[in-house]
Amino acid sequence: MKEFLLVLLVLLVFVVIFQIAKASEYVSVLKGEDKTRKQNNKINAFMLLGFMVFGLLGAWYCNELYYGKTLFVQGSASVEGEELDRMFMMTTAVTGLVFVITQILLFWFAFKYQEKDGKKAFYFPHNNKLELLWTGVPAIVLCVLVVFGLKAWLKITGDAPKNSIVVEVTGHQFGWEFRYPGADKVLGAKNYKLTTGINTLGVDFNDKSSLDDIHVAGTLHIPVGVPCKMVINAQDVIHDVGLVHFRLKMDAVPGIPTTQWFTPKWTTEEMKKRTGNPNFVYEISCDQMCGAGHFSMRGVIIVETMEEYNKWLSTQKPELWTVDPSRAPKEIKTDSIPTKITAQLLKK
Amino acid sequence: MSSVATLQEVDVHAGHDAHHEHHHHETFISKYVFSQDHKMIAKQFLITGMIWAIIGGLFSVIFRLQLGYPEQSFPFLEDFLGHWAKGGKLQPEFYYALVTMHGTILVFFVLTAGLSGTFANFLIPLQIGARDMASPLLNMLSYWFFFLASVIMFSSLFVQTGPASGGWTIYPPLSALGDASSGSKIGMDLWLVSMAMFIVSSLLGGLNYITTILNMRTKGMSMTRMPLTIWALFFTAVLGVLSFPVLLSGAILLLLDRNLGTSFFLSDIYVAGKVLPNEGGSAILFQHLFWFLGHPEVYIILLPAMGMSSEILSVNSRKPIFGYMAMVASLFAIAILAFLVWAHHMFVTGLNPFLGAFFVLLTLLIAVPSAIKVFNWLTTLWRGNIRFTPAMLFAIGFVSLFISGGLTGIFLGNSALDLHLHDTYFVVAHFHIVMGVASFFGMFAGVYHWFPKMFGRFLNNTMGYIHFWVTIIGAYLIFWPMHYEGLAGMPRRYYDFSNWESFKMFGGLNEFISFISLLVFAVQLLFVFNFFYSVFKGRKVTTQNPWGSNTLEWTTPINPGHGNWPGEIPEVYRGAYDYAKDGKEFTPQNVPVGEDETSGH
Repeated sequence: MKEFLLVLLVLLVFVVIFQIAKASEYVSVLKGEDKTRKQNNKINAFMLLGFMVFGLLGAWYCNELYYGKTLFVQGSASVEGEELDRMFMMTTAVTGLVFVITQILLFWFAFKYQEKDGKKAFYFPHNNKLELLWTGVPAIVLCVLVVFGLKAWLKITGDAPKNSIVVEVTGHQFGWEFRYPGADKVLGAKNYKLTTGINTLGVDFNDKSSLDDIHVAGTLHIPVGVPCKMVINAQDVIHDVGLVHFRLKMDAVPGIPTTQWFTPKWTTEEMKKRTGNPNFVYEISCDQMCGAGHFSMRGVIIVETMEEYNKWLSTQKPELWTVDPSRAPKEIKTDSIPTKITAQLLKK
Repeated sequence: MSSVATLQEVDVHAGHDAHHEHHHHETFISKYVFSQDHKMIAKQFLITGMIWAIIGGLFSVIFRLQLGYPEQSFPFLEDFLGHWAKGGKLQPEFYYALVTMHGTILVFFVLTAGLSGTFANFLIPLQIGARDMASPLLNMLSYWFFFLASVIMFSSLFVQTGPASGGWTIYPPLSALGDASSGSKIGMDLWLVSMAMFIVSSLLGGLNYITTILNMRTKGMSMTRMPLTIWALFFTAVLGVLSFPVLLSGAILLLLDRNLGTSFFLSDIYVAGKVLPNEGGSAILFQHLFWFLGHPEVYIILLPAMGMSSEILSVNSRKPIFGYMAMVASLFAIAILAFLVWAHHMFVTGLNPFLGAFFVLLTLLIAVPSAIKVFNWLTTLWRGNIRFTPAMLFAIGFVSLFISGGLTGIFLGNSALDLHLHDTYFVVAHFHIVMGVASFFGMFAGVYHWFPKMFGRFLNNTMGYIHFWVTIIGAYLIFWPMHYEGLAGMPRRYYDFSNWESFKMFGGLNEFISFISLLVFAVQLLFVFNFFYSVFKGRKVTTQNPWGSNTLEWTTPINPGHGNWPGEIPEVYRGAYDYAKDGKEFTPQNVPVGEDETSGH
């Protein structure tokens, strides 16, 4: 019933507009079409000016409302992203200036040079100096932006530092899996054909380096201040590891492993304080359309101090033990392997 | 001025005399259905495009309901959509189908076929002085292949598993595997077959446009005297002819992967509990094939709008377009660069960063010809004597939107920033403003400006003004705040944000955007109503050249028959932009150069 009334209301508005529009056409015939046209011209010229003024005010107001909700307020949570934030501010300054100047000129000219009786337009077909000016200046400004942009780009996409922690990230419909290399610091080989019910990632346990690998789902733990390198895979369709707080994104493509790395600056706890949001959490969002559950493909990253990280790691058991319980040690020494990791990490 | 007036009178009389010759053996079928008259084919493209625009727009309104009111249920949706909106709540699969079809319909069926198809067909013969296209038969086939593509795409909306739902970019493996998504079942095959038909249509049209422009210009119409509309449509056709076949090859390979067990795009896949045998293919290869069309496609959509806006701005400022040669050169530069930037859509696919660097450079280079165009448009307005017809308002709106949306391209084209902004609402805002709404504005400008030539009647002005003001204010209200959502990292193509700590704070804004989009959609319906009402009942055109324009289409009779000019085709003596020259308000192209005239045309 409500919808029906709404449709009726819309139709009514349409009819009213139509009647007004028809009537105004008749009036214009009566008053003389030229006179009406000139009236309309003045009204529209004035409205264009108003649109510019209120438009610019609106843009400012929108900024007041929403800038605080963007991520630039909290700053980049990764060291590498800081450069990106600087690039962003620089680009905003340049484009913002051009935006304001050109929009003002556009609407001001439209208003100022509206049709007037007896006025003649100025015959001005071209001017090489002016045209060279506005070819040259944008070209130079853009070159500057390109140089700064590429500097940041090549640094961020360059090789990960040697001391990086390596984690393997695998996307599937609709969730994230993580694999740590274990004490030997080498991720074991995988073969997608080995994927079965329990061995969900298709790890090849004939490869010795896979024996101590740790597999966790959904939540990734990483230490603060240490570069983290992600080796990224997908099992079924293309996904994307989107790390908005760290200013990074990388597709997860079946059959073609990709990588990305970053150095987290603040732990999750620190971020809760910095943002004033007690529920703050670093999220991994899937940023490549991957099917009906795309919007729910959420992962969590817990950034913690090295001690907390090591403590957490020490409670994790190698994947092998769950996939093939017969190969798990009879008397499970929970801390044997993780202790080794801790020892190695503390050495650095 | 007096010489112009007499010339027009002579033409009007000639038109009346010759009118009688054109009434022989035309049946309803040959005149309105299987017509080979370029003007009728243009109208067929326009009206088919409008129907698609309503469908595509309606889809966006429905999925905006979900985005704006994720908690609420709308029982009337279930009445229309059945199990796709169980309990009045849009199902995720169908949400994605709507998003996909919205993109497909608007990019290809409306802003490619509806825009180029309409105005290339209508304006090329009329503005260069030809009686019809080089091949009227192929031209007719071009429309009917488009119609066939439309029928197939439309029927895909009704299959049980739903239409394609992997995004308009149909990236495999998602689009290749029926097990990965219900929209990748039969709906995807129909999508691919429909697009193959669409590409045939586009090629038949494009080849015809190029041939006609190169070979059939009237006496005196050298390439550098052509109106900018024709230049823009020429480059558009070249882009289409060179890039669409690449998408066709991609579509065929994808069809083979889907149905015949090949592995062009598939490798190492475990889906729905099954290990697939495909090995050695590359999912990224498809993206290269897709974007090799996909990026030129953006300019296929944009260039006609640029050309028409240039023409309309000049006519209504009563001033020559500023820097005609620079305008042509910048169109040319954009057309070349359009082929060299496709990988900027793929910065985060694992593309070699060094290779990416070249694409950054070439992408930002496009800003240079774009800047030239903007400054030339601004200078065209400067010291003019401007008339604000609805067409002129839309052309000014086009420039405003092109500036706003173009500038955000400088963020996205810089790969470092793209790492943060890729696939967020910043991208949605960017391309909707610069490619979607701006091109629509160019199209509206064209419809308002050439409607009198198409139908011999005027559109209602008051409804035109309402249409313009609500649309431009609404478009900015919808898309401007989306930039901020993007800066917060909010991903596009999400059905619901309420489970995300990082993105859920924009609920109120999403509701606002959805509400405005409803209003804007309603106003488009007002335009559609104005259109069809005016075709039959609009104010009649009484003068041959209602806008005081220089181009040749206004030298034809008010209702030109097949063949356009009843007598001889007029000869051209000057460029299309002799406005305000030598004290005359305008001097049409078919007026011989007077002895006392200054040079410089």
